[in-house]
Amino acid sequence: MYKYVGHDIKRVDGLEKVTGYAKYVDDIKMAGMLYAKIKKSPYAHAKILKVDVSKAMALEGVKAVITGADVPNRVGLYLEDKTFLATDKVRFVGEAVAAVAAISEEIAEEAIELIEVEYEELPGVFNAMDAIKHDAPLIHEDLGSYKYGPIFFPKPGTNISNHYKIRKGDVDKGFAEADYIMENEFYVPHIQHAPIENHSVIALTEPSGKLTVWSACQSPYAVRKALSVAFDLPLHKIRVIAPTVGGGFGGKAGTTLEGITIPLSKKCMGRPVKLTYTREEDMVGSFVRQGCLARIKTGVKKDGGIVAEENTFYWEGGAYTEYGVNIARAGGYASTGPYDIPNVKADSYCVYTNQPVGGPYRGFGMSEIHFAIEQNLDMIAIQMGIDPVEFRKINAIKEGGHTVTSQQLYNVGITKCIEAVEKDIEWGKANKASAPNKLRGKGIACMYKAPSQPNNVASSAIIKINEDGTANLMVTAMDIGQGSDTVLTQIAAEVLTIPVEKISIISGDTDVTPYEWQTVASRITYCAGNAVKKAAEDAKEQLLKLGSIGLGLPAEYLKLEDGYVVSAVYPDRKKSIASLALGLEMADGSGVHGPIIGRGSFIPPNVRNTDKETGQGEKPVAFWTFGAQAVEIEIDMETGQIEVIKVAAAYDVGKVINPQLCRGQIEGGIVQGIGSALLEHQIMENGKVKNPNFVDYKIPAVRDVPEMVVRIIEVPEVTGPYGARGVGEPAMVPTAPAIANAIYDALGIRINSLPLSAEKVLDAIKNNKSVSCKMVQNNKGEDGEGQVKCGIN
Amino acid sequence: MKHDISFTINGEQVHLEVEPNKTLLKMLREDLNLTGAKEGCGAGECGSCTVIVDGKAVNSCMMLAVEANGKDIITVEGLAKNGVLDPLQETFIKNAALQCGYCTPGMLMSAKALLMRNPNPSEDDIKEAIGGNLCRCTGYKMIIDAIKEAAGQIN
Repeated sequence: MYKYVGHDIKRVDGLEKVTGYAKYVDDIKMAGMLYAKIKKSPYAHAKILKVDVSKAMALEGVKAVITGADVPNRVGLYLEDKTFLATDKVRFVGEAVAAVAAISEEIAEEAIELIEVEYEELPGVFNAMDAIKHDAPLIHEDLGSYKYGPIFFPKPGTNISNHYKIRKGDVDKGFAEADYIMENEFYVPHIQHAPIENHSVIALTEPSGKLTVWSACQSPYAVRKALSVAFDLPLHKIRVIAPTVGGGFGGKAGTTLEGITIPLSKKCMGRPVKLTYTREEDMVGSFVRQGCLARIKTGVKKDGGIVAEENTFYWEGGAYTEYGVNIARAGGYASTGPYDIPNVKADSYCVYTNQPVGGPYRGFGMSEIHFAIEQNLDMIAIQMGIDPVEFRKINAIKEGGHTVTSQQLYNVGITKCIEAVEKDIEWGKANKASAPNKLRGKGIACMYKAPSQPNNVASSAIIKINEDGTANLMVTAMDIGQGSDTVLTQIAAEVLTIPVEKISIISGDTDVTPYEWQTVASRITYCAGNAVKKAAEDAKEQLLKLGSIGLGLPAEYLKLEDGYVVSAVYPDRKKSIASLALGLEMADGSGVHGPIIGRGSFIPPNVRNTDKETGQGEKPVAFWTFGAQAVEIEIDMETGQIEVIKVAAAYDVGKVINPQLCRGQIEGGIVQGIGSALLEHQIMENGKVKNPNFVDYKIPAVRDVPEMVVRIIEVPEVTGPYGARGVGEPAMVPTAPAIANAIYDALGIRINSLPLSAEKVLDAIKNNKSVSCKMVQNNKGEDGEGQVKCGIN
Repeated sequence: MKHDISFTINGEQVHLEVEPNKTLLKMLREDLNLTGAKEGCGAGECGSCTVIVDGKAVNSCMMLAVEANGKDIITVEGLAKNGVLDPLQETFIKNAALQCGYCTPGMLMSAKALLMRNPNPSEDDIKEAIGGNLCRCTGYKMIIDAIKEAAGQIN
């Protein structure tokens, strides 16, 4: 049994966070610091004719002003389509066109007002379906010249920045064999990450040209790389430090404000420049979750087996899709959800629109597509008279089953997850509503997700053993609240038998801590966890080798136990880790080996590209996480208000490293899922965000929290550290579709777009606006009954 | 024109000159280097800047510094006494009632103000007290548990 892994170890960052000592970027004050502000575009799409900064420059206290001309290089993680300030055109309302650094925020703000920009407005496009029309205005005329990763497929001359395809089996044959064919469509709007900490960055340029950036970011090394491209600097001249990060959810995965503060700091040599976004700027100018229109055509046999599926996803990627292209890709390779369907055709389009920039948001494409997949499944099940839970069990991927890319899976926990939530929600048992004007309903939804990352993303860790038997662990996995500092420390403690409190972890400093690709995609426990485990094992191997020499016993008979190298045979023969930390001291006073430093590097094994035309591949991702949620809701028929009474959640995490923190992830995910289901919607009018604040854009508060029952399933992932796989993002994916399914259970009304707001629900109740399953064919060749009521409600 | 004000902060008497338009939050963070209280919205919508003024939880971004004159203010930095954590700080750690930690100082101060006036709150009292404190990470359940435990309701 394990001593540290699998236990409720207290958060290692708890003390500094409860005392207010933890320092976030905006808490950092430096001598001579300057404050930056940005000038924003009032247009969704316009040519920039002229930017006049002369009046701003002349204002007392202003130290530097920059425009797009100062940051001409295009950057982007997957597709290099953006500049840090608009150059030739603006492509969304709120895009930064110029920036100022001044001795105070007030002066910087005043200077911004003095910058004069002349625009020539261009026609804009505000949804994916308009943007893909052949005569739509082009948002990126130069798409053909942009650099991009080999796993993406932009269509120059259109607004499509990625078209990801799946062609599995023979979809025509599948539909021909089907007894029923049904078509449905669904829509999710743009929503906000809304971490409570807004984006904040400080940049400092030293006389040597060395650049230091303190950034509230999830991925210091990815930021460093982007800055190197943007500013033509070698990597060793850029140092990215991420102090405590106040929540990310994907919103801090990319590079944003760094690119604005750096050119300012270059003009103010030696003086740090800070830029902290206001809530409004954060809600408009940083990543948002993309809107997505999903169309699903499903072929089903009488016994409930799905034999064919044709899915089309149109992602509203916003003005720049440097990151969004990969969300479209993830939607494609996961397009049918956790179900084994032999014949699939899927097309996932990332589309430019004149809207805020779409980026990774907890669940990374999965929340969006599962809202469609999981409702579609219920609609078919109900149409066919099959219980929705049963229908899921019939089609769920089984041991040795296949995903849409024909990847064969083993150690699949999805059925266990379904069974767990079926039991915990008391499926089939109707509870009485709390008042006569209220109705109750139950709903279920499943999910799966893999880390959406390039195949060969790397992680590393270093462990230094100290001469008192303590250790320092160094990683660049960022603890953005999910608890990675604690979990990674537990893994090191387990291998080294050094207690958690005797290990200090440091993360997020590219000059000090070793490489980590990014803290995204629920990949850290798995990827960084493996790197830490390898680093600890490397240190352990060195300790056993020295112990072997010192004890005169073969290394294979030695083990680590409670801070000692111990003989498995003679327990009294041992040497402390402390005594070996700087090397072994021999009887004659000489020494061998020197300090123990463990080194661990990891790349997920054997993850390979999929076929360009078919999307098929036997291992396109590192691992899959499966889960299910079932909900019970109560609807007020007079107001349309939905109260979520209870959520039962079950996730197969392979091996739980810290049960308490894992529960925290799942509970937090459920509540965030409830927010996206009932409350959240970035309201836009011609691309202008109308609700960029917490009054008009509500996120869940304490009274929105239901009873939550969390079950952790452990079917080990063989390549994971101790069998672990990731769960951070999967936690929020099934909540919204489960609630939508519960609405149908309660009212017989199907609502296929988010949010499921009181207003929309009441409108659907009063005006009978249910959407029905469109049956386009059955085995008798008759049309189904639901055709009249398709479309988005 | 600056105003002379004096007030008690975390048990210490302080005199300051402040601009009339400066918020209490800015004064705490910029003039007193007490950066525990955070700005999440600057408009009284998120609660991450909550401090206790004369026993009441207040959004310090919505109060002017000059209004602090003569008041008794407690911030998160004043919760622990002589190196001993407040029970709320202990139970927040024990219950994993924090993740990213950004809302934590404000959440703690709202909870502290509650327990100062009502040592034995109901679950509804707790929800009322932290109703204006937004947390995007935890799902709130562990926070409620932590406050209950600090009030001696759970062992």
